Amino acid sequence: MSGVIEFRDVGKSFGKVEVLHDIDLAIEQKEVVVIVGPSGSGKSTLLRCINGLEIITSGELIVNGICLPRQRRQIREIRKEVGMVFQLFYLFPHMTALDNVAFGPRKVRGASRSEAKAIADDLLEKVGLSDRSSHYPAELSGGQQQRVAIARAMAVKPKIMLFDEPTSALDPELREEVLNVMTAVAREGITMVVVTHEMSFASKAGSRLLFMDDGRIAEDGDPEALLRSPSSDRLKDFLKHVGY
Amino acid sequence: MGFEFKYIVESIPALIEGAKLTWYITIIGITGGMVLGTVAGLLRLTGTRAVGGESYGFWRVLGVVGQKLAIMYIELIRGTPIIVQAMFIYFALPMLIEVSTGIKGVRFNALTAAIITIIINAGAYMAEIVRGAVESVNKGLIEAGMAMGISRLQLIANIIGPIAFKRAIPPLGNQFIISLKDTSLFIVIGVGELTRQGQEIMASNFRALEIWTAVAVCYLIMTSALALMLKFVEKRMQII
Repeated sequence: MSGVIEFRDVGKSFGKVEVLHDIDLAIEQKEVVVIVGPSGSGKSTLLRCINGLEIITSGELIVNGICLPRQRRQIREIRKEVGMVFQLFYLFPHMTALDNVAFGPRKVRGASRSEAKAIADDLLEKVGLSDRSSHYPAELSGGQQQRVAIARAMAVKPKIMLFDEPTSALDPELREEVLNVMTAVAREGITMVVVTHEMSFASKAGSRLLFMDDGRIAEDGDPEALLRSPSSDRLKDFLKHVGY
Repeated sequence: MGFEFKYIVESIPALIEGAKLTWYITIIGITGGMVLGTVAGLLRLTGTRAVGGESYGFWRVLGVVGQKLAIMYIELIRGTPIIVQAMFIYFALPMLIEVSTGIKGVRFNALTAAIITIIINAGAYMAEIVRGAVESVNKGLIEAGMAMGISRLQLIANIIGPIAFKRAIPPLGNQFIISLKDTSLFIVIGVGELTRQGQEIMASNFRALEIWTAVAVCYLIMTSALALMLKFVEKRMQII
């Protein structure tokens, strides 16, 4: 059976700079794939190709049955099923926390105002922010903003969730609350692809670990096993650098 | 022969008539200019990520053609004086129509020509204001919207628009005031706006000091009103 996300010999260049080479990768439903690697190794680009924020320049990428770049006109159909959480949250600054979360159900799923509000209330409670629903993003801490951003992405009930370094912009004491929410999402059985430097998340919640280096997938395996006994020197080096 | 208030008092009814006309031209002109400027400014950004990335098929062709037209329009209007534009619309356009189609006597009245001139002129400057404001919206916010799978129209209406509008208020205010004062140029095509009223009173009583002082105060009141209105709108959008 083919995966819900499938990279077939994928390459991506920005102008003359090739950032991804020969990526072959199949991700099955309910997998929690954690991608680690040094900066500039292509992790974020790989993630952003999945929902078409970047368009691959060679090979094929099949997401939820739609093949990029051939069917790129249907990119919105992919995006409706793929939620994304960004490093810098990017909550809509002119909307309250509640309106941010209700936005997807209203505009993407066509829910009524009251249905969308119910969904948003429910999700804000799940991420522990019921008491902040009428606050604007500027009035929330980084950790709170990121939890709202996760709720916003989950509100349309996506099949896949992408996380692009969701804790990198947060103070250490705020990371825990975001990681806890992510772990809870992983337990719900949603397919997740997570770019992060949080090795603890990889071993605790991840079902698969990818190590990227220089635009290639250098290691691919069970998180516990890879972290306990890294097989390559590159990975050993990297783990030492991130202090694991 | 000092400063005599009675000349000002005498001139008030005529000046108010002129001011009403000035206000009327300005309000219709800048409203139309905002619509035209928003369309031209967005068209100028066709295909860029600032407005949600590229489109396909028919919309792509329309966008590219629209973009070229928008650039030509903006450069043409910004590159010529408004008084020449007013003269062209009022005097030259009827001749152009006659020469090119053979239809005689198509002519706007002076007031219509004045309003069209303000719409077209303000629209070009506002297009650049809109472009700048839209380009200043954080790309991450636009990507966050795109990543949700909403349409381009939804993206512009719900995310880019409200954020860009707030940024655009100060430069738009500038343009509103410039357009209001530009209406004084329509004296050349015989519109009875405030400056022309002042000119006519002055020509009959030669009280230049009193009349031009009164005219200046009238303009100041109107520009202040515009500025206050914008302050109010800006205050209401504080949270962004």
